[in-house]
Amino acid sequence: MLHYLAKRILSLCLSLAIASMVIFAVIEVAPGDPASFMLGTGAQEDTVAALREELGLNQSKLSRYFSWVTGMVTGDFGTSYTYRTPVAKMVGDRLWVSLPLALYALILSTLIALPAGIFAASRRGKLGDMSVMGATQVGMAVPNFWFAMLLVLVFAINLRWFAAGGFIGWDKGLWAGLHALTLPAIALALPQAAILARVMRSALLDVLNEDFMRSARAKGLSQGQAIRRHGVRNALIPVLTIIGLQFSFLLAGAIIIEQVFYLPGLGRLVFQAISARDLIVVESVVMLLVFAVIMVNFLVDLTYALVDPRLRRTP
Amino acid sequence: MSSATDIPPNQKARAMSRSLILGGMLAGIMLILALVSFVWTPFDHAVMNIPDKMQPPNAVHWLGTDHFGRDILSMVMVGARTSLAVACLSVGIGMSLGVPLGLAAAAMRGSWLDEMIMRGNDLVFAFPSLVIAILITAVFGPSAANAIIAIGIFNIPVFARVARGGSLSLWAREFILAARVAGKSRARISVEHILPNISNLLIVQGTIQFSLGILAEASLSYIGLGAQPPTPSWGRMLAEAQTMVSLAPHLAIVPGLAIILTVVGLNLLGDGLRDRFDPRLLEGRA
Repeated sequence: MLHYLAKRILSLCLSLAIASMVIFAVIEVAPGDPASFMLGTGAQEDTVAALREELGLNQSKLSRYFSWVTGMVTGDFGTSYTYRTPVAKMVGDRLWVSLPLALYALILSTLIALPAGIFAASRRGKLGDMSVMGATQVGMAVPNFWFAMLLVLVFAINLRWFAAGGFIGWDKGLWAGLHALTLPAIALALPQAAILARVMRSALLDVLNEDFMRSARAKGLSQGQAIRRHGVRNALIPVLTIIGLQFSFLLAGAIIIEQVFYLPGLGRLVFQAISARDLIVVESVVMLLVFAVIMVNFLVDLTYALVDPRLRRTP
Repeated sequence: MSSATDIPPNQKARAMSRSLILGGMLAGIMLILALVSFVWTPFDHAVMNIPDKMQPPNAVHWLGTDHFGRDILSMVMVGARTSLAVACLSVGIGMSLGVPLGLAAAAMRGSWLDEMIMRGNDLVFAFPSLVIAILITAVFGPSAANAIIAIGIFNIPVFARVARGGSLSLWAREFILAARVAGKSRARISVEHILPNISNLLIVQGTIQFSLGILAEASLSYIGLGAQPPTPSWGRMLAEAQTMVSLAPHLAIVPGLAIILTVVGLNLLGDGLRDRFDPRLLEGRA
């Protein structure tokens, strides 16, 4: 296990290093000088030069890359070109919206998908199964931002159960915060729930054909009892993997949903940064998202290896 | 995700035909609408007609008009062109780069090349298409072409994995061994023998990626990273409808339904094709 762990950690570090190089290289290609952009067209040359020096833009690309990476590791993401505030603080503030939103959506998606998948598998080929599969087919095809607009129309504008947009912050209490994130989380969760329900159904159907399920039935358990006690538990391994992988996509998906609900999350930050050409903010947010994806994949692999010892031996 | 063993083969084969037909019809309708829009639309999609703005569906404007009085059916038809073109080209990029990489990795299984290609794949997988689009847009600005590149890059590892996975088992088969004994190079075997035998897999994956491409294009256009005005796009129509959804819900409902019907159609088509190419079901039909 130790050998496997060391190999995976090495692979993780390598992936992060290459990803950071790619992101840095792409941003470097961007035309224009950030210092001139920050000071405007009327700025004097010596002022621009001083700012370039202050931002470290006169250093070589290699040393700028290393100072960016070491900064990221130590929590110093640099200073925003537009707002002149630390990027880490800006990102940190926005993460308090995006991260809970992604987690909330993940919980909702799991709560919807697992019962739906189990229900469909236990009624395979029957009306219940076909209804769930039909619903998941539509669920996978619905753009989450469109579904979000419909939710706003029905639950915010017509029924007035929720606010149509904005976020009042966590200072007003957990309940108020969760209430504000409920519609966005539902919109974000729907397509993921559709995929997860299909995975759950498929995994459970595979398990139902196993010998231990026949033994469970032979010792007198009903089909429902056998599914609950033995089937679901064994089918959960691939499902947990997908749940893990979905989290990183939910974090990226939150960027779009935040636009619909005008939530002050990472999405709003990155789009404002793109329009203001605040490239250091874009660079940091993109690195953060890629870090989340790589890290979640790493943790999923590790969990999988813990559950299934055969994988530790796989080269 | 249903496995072929869930349902008796004959029953599954019937369901397969249904999904193939229904999926083919839905995707076909959208394709026809897109193609027809090159020569005919009920109205000029770009012409504004303020007195007729925000009309609900009626006899003249079958799907209503938007806040500038533009005919929504015409915009949906022309928007289909953008969506299908972006999805098609991004699948093309993914296939043309991913398949050779996958074939090469399988042909050199276990070598440093295989390892490098697969690790490269893992790395690209870490960049969701939205993140790639953000990066590209930050540098080059938003456009439909950049959306195609972003979705295309995301598709490369998908096709590489499918091509490699499908090829690996073929390399152990007798007919490949015979070709190697005949002195054919690995590259030639990959092109002449492996590729034709994994084409079914690639077609099915292509259909799935096509439907994902439609969704991705709509999302990117919605947040302003895809097609730019005056190019019509379903995603941009939804973005423009957002502030008016309470006054004229049809502005949002129509393009949304167009996306859903196309994606459902392509997904059903993919399911149907996958089952049609499944040898276990072919035996069941015999």
